[in-house]
Amino acid sequence: MSTSVRVRKRQGVSGALPQRVAWLFILPAAVIFSIFVLYPMGTALTYAMFEWQGTNRGGFVGIENFLKLFTEEPYRTQIPRAFLHNFLLFGAAMIVQNSVGLFLAELLHRRKKFKRLFQTLFTMPYLVSPLVVGYLWSLMLSPLFGPVNAILKLIGLESLAQPWLGQPSTAIWVVVLVTAWQWIGFPLLLYGAALGGIPQELEEAASLDGANPWQRFTRITFPMILPIIGTVSVLTFIGAMEAFPIPYALGGSAGSPAGATDVMSLVFYRTSFESGATNAIGVSSAIAILLFLVIFGFSILFTRWFRRTERKLF
Amino acid sequence: MSQITRTTSDGNRPGTEIKTAPSEPIDRASARGKRRGPRPSLGAQFMSSTVLWVYAFIAITPLLLMLMNSFRTNQELATQPLGLPLSPDFSSYQRAWIEASFSTYFVNSLVVTIASVVLSTVVSLLAAYGLARSQSKVLQVVESIFVSGLMMPVYLMIVPIFYLLDSMGMVSTREGLILVYTAVSIPFSVFVLGAFFRQLPLELEEAARIDGAGPFRIFWAVMVPLVRPAIATVIIFRFVPIWNDFFYPLILIRDPSKYTLPVGLTSFFGEYQTDWSTLFAGLVIATLPLIVLFLLATKQIVAGLTAGMGK
Repeated sequence: MSTSVRVRKRQGVSGALPQRVAWLFILPAAVIFSIFVLYPMGTALTYAMFEWQGTNRGGFVGIENFLKLFTEEPYRTQIPRAFLHNFLLFGAAMIVQNSVGLFLAELLHRRKKFKRLFQTLFTMPYLVSPLVVGYLWSLMLSPLFGPVNAILKLIGLESLAQPWLGQPSTAIWVVVLVTAWQWIGFPLLLYGAALGGIPQELEEAASLDGANPWQRFTRITFPMILPIIGTVSVLTFIGAMEAFPIPYALGGSAGSPAGATDVMSLVFYRTSFESGATNAIGVSSAIAILLFLVIFGFSILFTRWFRRTERKLF
Repeated sequence: MSQITRTTSDGNRPGTEIKTAPSEPIDRASARGKRRGPRPSLGAQFMSSTVLWVYAFIAITPLLLMLMNSFRTNQELATQPLGLPLSPDFSSYQRAWIEASFSTYFVNSLVVTIASVVLSTVVSLLAAYGLARSQSKVLQVVESIFVSGLMMPVYLMIVPIFYLLDSMGMVSTREGLILVYTAVSIPFSVFVLGAFFRQLPLELEEAARIDGAGPFRIFWAVMVPLVRPAIATVIIFRFVPIWNDFFYPLILIRDPSKYTLPVGLTSFFGEYQTDWSTLFAGLVIATLPLIVLFLLATKQIVAGLTAGMGK
């Protein structure tokens, strides 16, 4: 950039578009976005404040619909249970999926051979539709012909074979593991990129000073990739809170068996589109807002906590 | 721990290595400096290879079983849960494609996905360029409104969107679904394309203007070709989620002749409960286009997923 150009750019003469022309460029996207995203978002916030008779809006009721979530059946029992399962999904994803993802990324980034092949293989499940993944695993775990039980039989662990999706004690863990199986490529790639950004000299200096691999990981690698761990955690949280297709495919819209795989999105779906309750719109909008507040609130808390921790480290 | 410390480095970042790495003698550090940090012992190398191969097996086996079982008859599946399709049988595909109307779902998915991706990419290209090359405060606010859409939760919007389409007579139409997908794709596409347009120097446009080209001509003939890599990224990164999306069509499409593949799958799984090989075939049909896309553009996908995450 020569200085003359920079001066002219500041005056908004040469490279920049005149405002009217810029508006012409933006118009088509602005129109579609306003009609199908901004307008629905605006009305959604008001929906929860009214009493509904089917699709006819009744009177203004303030926060009554929100209170119903905590006082009326079936919401009073279903919502805490569903939230518990969502948080379980998140906790298990952090422990299972993200730590295994980090471990694999660490192994992978030291390699030259087959690096691309491994990356490709690990990210394959991530591309498949979550609904297909859910249905595929329901077939894999079928008590009648499921390959999973067949493999257990093959290696002499037939006693472990069971109707995985048919009993409440195992069904939710199937949802957890299937979700982790699908998503592992995501933390793996992000961590891989972060590990690639760590200056090599740091590790070399540390090992010259006699640090063992574990010390090198805890004192150098971990602090260096903490920002990415923060990003992955927040995205994992949002994903766990909004989980829908995998639970739907594995346990149906009722969260079978006996509500053991029920999550918030299913509660919302049943309330809006299956319950037939007269005030379905009011209550389901309240559920959606509650879910949004939880996601938004926790995301901000996580982000702050990670920032504070980073500042402590450096 | 027999560790040889190597301090050579030619500043190669990972991912830029030459693909054909020669095998090195174990007792001598190579001068290429491509491995980072100290050399792991042979035992550690062997362990890490084993772990990686084991996980690769876990990641890929279910998908391979899905493919293999779709070529086996129900009888084979019942008597031998684990087995190779030694006498491949394609009748399950015929049943899924014709009887279970997968041909209809497939066409619907293809039309909706391609139309949404093309439409959203075109309007986002225009908008991203307009925003990148304007200097008014108002338009900066417009841009932040667009990008805030990345945070919009689908559950909040879905009921109002349903009634909006209902009032337009667009429930159960492909056009309605296309417009919704286009709208929700705009934030991501504007965000990515805008970042690329801002990297391009202004001199290009100045030169074109001096040559007498108008703003739209400059946009199509000069600027769009320059952001081709970004366009490829945006197309892939919208194609996959839209093709896989289940929530919008589940609610916005009530007519089975307009179902996309994921919604078609739900009714199909209820109907064909005992016809396992057809179920597998249906899953393969729903997945195949993505696998093809992935094999064509692995590099683009891996690079795109990790874009801007290096530091």
